[in-house]
Amino acid sequence: MRFMMMVIPEGYGSAAPDAAPTAEAVAKMMEYNKSLQKAGVLLALDGLLPPSTGARISYKDGKPTVIDGPFAESKEVIGGYWIIQVRSREEAIEWAKRAPMSNNERIEVRQIHEMSDFPADVQKAAEGFDQLTR
Amino acid sequence: MSDAHKTIAAVWKIESMRLIAAIARVTHDIGIAEELAQDALVTALEIWPEEGIPDNPGAWLMTAAKRRAIDSLRRGRMLVQKHEEIARELEWQQQRLGDALEHSLDQVIDDDVLRLIFTACHPVLAVEGRIALTLRLIGGLTTADIARAFLVPEKTLGQRISRAKKTLSEAHVPFETPGEDELRCRVESVLMVVYLIFNEGYTATSGDEWMRAALSEEALRLGRMLGQLLPNESEVHALVALMELQASRNAARRGKNGEAVLLPDQDRSLWDYAQIQRGMTALERAQTLGGGAKSYALQAAIAACHVRARAAEETDWDRIVLLYDALLQINPSPIVALNRAVAVGMAQGPAAGLDALDAAATLADGPTLAGYHLFPSVRGDLLMKMGRLSEAREEIERAIAMTKNLREQELLANRLKQLEKAAFSV
Repeated sequence: MRFMMMVIPEGYGSAAPDAAPTAEAVAKMMEYNKSLQKAGVLLALDGLLPPSTGARISYKDGKPTVIDGPFAESKEVIGGYWIIQVRSREEAIEWAKRAPMSNNERIEVRQIHEMSDFPADVQKAAEGFDQLTR
Repeated sequence: MSDAHKTIAAVWKIESMRLIAAIARVTHDIGIAEELAQDALVTALEIWPEEGIPDNPGAWLMTAAKRRAIDSLRRGRMLVQKHEEIARELEWQQQRLGDALEHSLDQVIDDDVLRLIFTACHPVLAVEGRIALTLRLIGGLTTADIARAFLVPEKTLGQRISRAKKTLSEAHVPFETPGEDELRCRVESVLMVVYLIFNEGYTATSGDEWMRAALSEEALRLGRMLGQLLPNESEVHALVALMELQASRNAARRGKNGEAVLLPDQDRSLWDYAQIQRGMTALERAQTLGGGAKSYALQAAIAACHVRARAAEETDWDRIVLLYDALLQINPSPIVALNRAVAVGMAQGPAAGLDALDAAATLADGPTLAGYHLFPSVRGDLLMKMGRLSEAREEIERAIAMTKNLREQELLANRLKQLEKAAFSV
């Protein structure tokens, strides 16, 4: 089973567009990334630019409205993620516990839906899903 | 299982391999190392549910293992304590063992893990022993899990593991990374074990569905791990590619009622394209390392031809024939020859395929193909395409009689029905 571990750094919602982690923090993080890779559980990972460089699109009755960042309301934002393949929810949590995080950071662990978890009619409706990233 | 026990199981899965590898560096015996690690786990199971999971569970387990190691030395001492000199010697040994274990976990290096893998997959062991030991020591699976996956009683599997450990210690297999001269064949053994584990999960048609999926995923994890440990071995990356590309078709391999769906009939939209991407990247890596013409790389390249085709008709069969030609050169097995004949049939027409198949039967040490149901099954297919229907029927009936696998029988029976229809419409 696959899990996404999402990093939620406090204050990232109001971080400057050019905010970047220190070399020291990156070095620590690389050590952790390597431990995931060495254990053979790492499938993907990325870091995201701050929301101030992003945009939010909301929909009212199907009509989209775009608001450019920074956003007034942004308490919990994602700073980056890993996708890991492990055998249980507990194992995903154990890996998250080992991440080199500071006081103002949190990790949320969420299982990735496998198509086979869906009922047959949903699977039918989602036909071609895997092809989307082709 | 309580939550605490689930967490302990997860910690074990993450830590056990490095723990065993670190202890084995000191004890030089993976059997003893595993027992000490197991003892530590038992202690953890007693204490952690009460006191909570420690901050550094790996170090905690190592300390517990160290205590057990010293205890067992001390118990050995009782027998000889009359000789003061020996007693002093033992004290010194305890001290040294304690120190060595203390330092060992801090510096578990990749080499320890590699040594552990090479030892578990040592050619001195029966293949089934290598598989069991690998899943147990490297995969952190319980004996019960492995038994469930291989549909054998837990007791049988336990015996298999202890026999393997005994063989290793009796043969004085050193806990070391093989030297240059030996490395190639030892890597081959490791890769074979990983691929067998993958196939057990991927192709078996009976047994616990969940456990089998877990076996395939475990094999992939082992493969990715080896890719890190042996980054310059092209065949390691090639095997990862082969497994990723095969597993990417998983969701399309079963129909609504659980029946097998063969490659040409699969709904290609169900393939996992993220996984295909990973497979392609691994294959490129193997080829960049100069290993494109080796066995796993060729097999992966064939699998890549299939996943590249957006529809079955777009499959590049000419290229597949060439790849099989190359594979046959280095691995002249009847199975490879049979698969090549199928490809020739697709690329150059059924008559050419039939010639290739009959040539394969003579090339092979007869008996190997003789008892193999795919031989008459493929022959029947080719004959059917050539319109030689009664001969085709004979072959398919022969194939049905030869396989015990229910799903295969179902597939063949369907083929027979198609034949009847074709015969009727002529």
